[in-house]
Amino acid sequence: MMRLAKYTRPYLGWILLAILLLFAQVNFDLAVPDYLSRMINIGIQQGAGTAYILQTGGSMLGLTLLSVLCTVAVVAVSSRVAAGMARDMRSDIFDKVSSFSNAEFDRFSTASLITRSTNDITQVQLVTMMLIRIVFYAPLMGLGGILHLLGKDVSILWLIAGAVVFSIGFVVVVILVTTPKFRKIQTLIDRLNLVARESLSGLFVIRAFNRQACEEKRFDAVNRDLSAVNLFVNRVTMSMMPVMTLVMNGLGVLIVWVGARQVAAGTLQVGDIMAAVQYAAQIVMAFLMLSTIIVILPRASVSAGRIADVLETQPVVQAAPTAGPFAEPFQAIIEFDQVSFRYPQAEDDALHGISFKALPGQTTALIGPTGAGKSTLINLLLRFYDVTSGTIRVNGADIRLVTPQALRAQIGYVPQKGILFAGTVESNLRFADDHLDEAALRASIETAQAAEFVLAQPEGLTLPVAPGGNNLSGGQKQRLSIARALVRKPPVYIFDDSFSALDLNTDAALRRALKPETKGSTLILVSQRVSAIQPAEQILVLDEGRIVGQGTHAELMKTNALYQEIAQSQLSQAAAV
Amino acid sequence: MMRSGLSGSGPGWLDKVKARDLKGSLSKLTGYLAHDKLALIFVLVFAVGSTAANIVGPKMLGEATTLLFKGALAQMGGEGSIDFERIGQLVGFTLGLYLLSALLAYVQSWIMTDVATHITYRFRREISEKINRLPLRYFDGASHGEVLSRITNDVDTVNQTLSQSLTQIVVSAVSVIGVLIMMLSINGLMTLLALLTVPLFMVSGLLIIRQSQTFFKQQQDYLGQVNGQVEEMYGGHVVVQAFNAEAKSKRIFETANKKLYEANWRAQTFSGLMMPIMTFISNLGYVIVVVVGGWLALQKTISVGDILAFIQYVRSFSQPITQLANISNILQQTAAAAERVFEFLEEAEESPETTAPVTLEEVTGRVEFKAVHFGYRPEKIIIQDFGAHVQPGQKIAIVGPTGAGKTTIVKLLMRFYDVNDGAILVDGHDLRDFTRHGLRHMFGMVLQDTWLFNGTIMENIRYGRPDATDEEVFAAARAAHADHFIHTLPDGYHMVLNEETSNISQGQKQLLTIARAILADPRILILDEATSSVDTRTEILIQRAMDHLMKNRTSFVIAHRLSTIRNADLILMVREGNIVEQGRHEALLARGGHYAELYNSQFAQADLVG
Repeated sequence: MMRLAKYTRPYLGWILLAILLLFAQVNFDLAVPDYLSRMINIGIQQGAGTAYILQTGGSMLGLTLLSVLCTVAVVAVSSRVAAGMARDMRSDIFDKVSSFSNAEFDRFSTASLITRSTNDITQVQLVTMMLIRIVFYAPLMGLGGILHLLGKDVSILWLIAGAVVFSIGFVVVVILVTTPKFRKIQTLIDRLNLVARESLSGLFVIRAFNRQACEEKRFDAVNRDLSAVNLFVNRVTMSMMPVMTLVMNGLGVLIVWVGARQVAAGTLQVGDIMAAVQYAAQIVMAFLMLSTIIVILPRASVSAGRIADVLETQPVVQAAPTAGPFAEPFQAIIEFDQVSFRYPQAEDDALHGISFKALPGQTTALIGPTGAGKSTLINLLLRFYDVTSGTIRVNGADIRLVTPQALRAQIGYVPQKGILFAGTVESNLRFADDHLDEAALRASIETAQAAEFVLAQPEGLTLPVAPGGNNLSGGQKQRLSIARALVRKPPVYIFDDSFSALDLNTDAALRRALKPETKGSTLILVSQRVSAIQPAEQILVLDEGRIVGQGTHAELMKTNALYQEIAQSQLSQAAAV
Repeated sequence: MMRSGLSGSGPGWLDKVKARDLKGSLSKLTGYLAHDKLALIFVLVFAVGSTAANIVGPKMLGEATTLLFKGALAQMGGEGSIDFERIGQLVGFTLGLYLLSALLAYVQSWIMTDVATHITYRFRREISEKINRLPLRYFDGASHGEVLSRITNDVDTVNQTLSQSLTQIVVSAVSVIGVLIMMLSINGLMTLLALLTVPLFMVSGLLIIRQSQTFFKQQQDYLGQVNGQVEEMYGGHVVVQAFNAEAKSKRIFETANKKLYEANWRAQTFSGLMMPIMTFISNLGYVIVVVVGGWLALQKTISVGDILAFIQYVRSFSQPITQLANISNILQQTAAAAERVFEFLEEAEESPETTAPVTLEEVTGRVEFKAVHFGYRPEKIIIQDFGAHVQPGQKIAIVGPTGAGKTTIVKLLMRFYDVNDGAILVDGHDLRDFTRHGLRHMFGMVLQDTWLFNGTIMENIRYGRPDATDEEVFAAARAAHADHFIHTLPDGYHMVLNEETSNISQGQKQLLTIARAILADPRILILDEATSSVDTRTEILIQRAMDHLMKNRTSFVIAHRLSTIRNADLILMVREGNIVEQGRHEALLARGGHYAELYNSQFAQADLVG
């Protein structure tokens, strides 16, 4: 939790105000029994009469009102502070994650990052509010109570001080004992969720392999563990109520007993005893309220840790301090020079000594089996990872010496799976640049063969896109992704198996339309279909992280065994070249 | 105690949940509790005892105080002294009462948590077992999230009620009655005045709740927006970065974030007013009682100690009242949660197994389809009157456009669904004559939707045959051409697939599922578009391995790629669920029908390359 302490800084003034208000409230609350004691001592014992009683009653009412006003103010302040901190944290974590490279996303997992940016922050917010409202109140009450009694009887003071110390000690022990257990519960709940989710998503496989009993056993193991820890924790937290109630009640009784002696000695009056009993009740009650936060504190602590983990992570791919834009004029020459790459903590290199040059106006195609490293290569070019050895040069410059923004501004990237965002077709196409004119948008939609479901519709460019593009089919999403890349007419295009969801006719029409549009640009094309890469000026055959063939389709068909196999399996015998 | 996965953005008492059949669910829940009847009776008795002891305490203490007061007065007036003996007795007795109360409360909560935890465990276990007995049909209609919610949130709610609220309700009810009795025994007028606060509580409480709910709804809306933004942007971060759209995405996010902030603090402040206002009303009552009490004490109608006792009673009156007022809400929430759990547990299960199952010593793998009719929904029959004979060891290719119903045949073979009419026979026996377990043991399956779990790669492959040796696992991986890439991964075979199994690629997942099937070494093989996300080169190698595997094994291959089915012994052409053509490749081509059309369109592709 301490790692997030810096978020309180802008609000320290408010927090101080809240503490002052709480202290004022404490004093108002403690003053009420004073008037009670006066009423008893003076009003009754000394017989000052009804008028006096009414007077003290009025004072008590006034004090109560003041106390409530303080509380309301504290509520407002604590809500605002907590909400403000949450807003700040959300903002920072969003910024941080936006700057993450693929390595960080792999490390944390997207789902976990989402939780850290949402649920976890809410937990911390809740705790902050409770900290200010409740946690500060209890010790202040204890302090105030002791101060209040300083002037009065010492023996009662010791009693109350003793109770306060005991209460603090008890609460602390409970927190220390339960916190690690709460962490465990959280982990177990996550695991329970996971096992259940897997059972559901794998229904077919589980039944096909007759593994129902196995799944039930897996679930049962977690269920048992969770129940055991839950039982322990519940028992401990449930014990707080009876113990604190006993302390509160017992304290009251002891005060009367001890106070009786003082009354006999004449050093104390009965009204004072009654007031002291009230103090005791108020003080212990304040500590009892602390117990409500015990349940939330560990969970929030875990959440805070998770948030801090993200905020403290530096992405592996960062702009070097001296990085700048590309030198003018920009030539879209891409060069891989003995590039090797290993994923963090992997045993083997995913890419070995890759060297090739891709020239403007030409298509460089990548083909090869699964796991050969095609997508890895693309990720390196886009600097979603950095190379482990060797250099990638664009426009003659090592891409690590250029800002990632400058690099990516030159590239139109179409990923394997069409990724779109909530909004309209237009907002998606304008993703990279708000200032493109409508004609350009329409042209790219036409080229991408998306006109039939966009421009042909009455909404046209304002056709709504649901979050994640879920209202569109896979093929439609791909076409819009292509349009999005086309719209800026970048010097470099990367198509990462971007035509896979298109049926063969659309695929062919699309590539026909693309040719004039992408003339002059450097095209990097990854595909499984030989027919798609056949016309490329340069084909790189990748296998197990190495380039095992390089050349045109005709050359490779003559010389490269792997390429021949791939090609022959796709084209029918009659049309084999 | 722990809320799993909920955002906790509003106090529980503001959630307006209504159960459909309050009485029904609650009575079922009670039935469930009957198992621990004895324990619950103890809990009840102890709770009542503890509360009662607690309630008598203040009265006793009040008497002691009165004695003290009288004694002090007498002492001052020189007429007597403080009766320490009697006071001591009272004090000791009161202390004893409080100790007893605490002890009873402690034991009671010990037992209660035991019962609640056990019931929660039972609920969860029964749900997990139920999942495996439900027909697949059920899951066509229900989302996974829904089912999961029952295991976690709903069971949690019930748990919370049982472990906390149940005893709280009893204690509150007894407190209210007991405190009322005690207050009346002291003075009627003061009791009446104290009771005046109750309607004030109710009214102000309701008002605050109503207004808070508007604010909370707003908050939830904006929270949803922010969450949606986050999900989208994180999920599509690759595109965001590739298009340098970080600034834009931040702008959109900040707008939602700010709005959330505003709604947030309003909602939290307003709902936070509940406590102070309740406290104020309670204090109001306190002051009134003190004043009237003081006046009455002056009149000698009550004693000074009575004032002290009464104050304590008034203080301890407000909490049980609010809790009782909350009862209806708690009951509704619990009933709703319990309802969902019971609903799930009472769902119709798969049709029962036959009582006299067939077990085959040797499975030859002869499959026969006899006039099969089937539809997922009774109004829409997809497979109409399908018949075919498959000889042992033959390779059957099922082809057709997407959504044509190809996987349906597979599901019928595996008895994930039963045919509406007609029969499927294996080695001459109707599928329904086998136990599902026995039937599925004969099949090996590789699906398009790769399913792997959060475990090591070794464990995942071994899922196919749990008693396989390490060597056999390695051999299966090699045959599936997964061995190489496994070695490029951190920790190799011992690498743990993460929760979303997203730390390996789709193609790699396919290879693992194939390795799993190879390890299982079944009689009848089902390959459901297994190789479509694996590139053709690897597909060839796998095919070779599969060919070897498929020798003397009947296999059903569902594929998009015509190249893989050219070697099939029998091709089933599926359109709109129906098998419209059957035969070998050359024969079907010659017929010039649907199959020929499909094949030619694929073939024509090669000529389009410019």
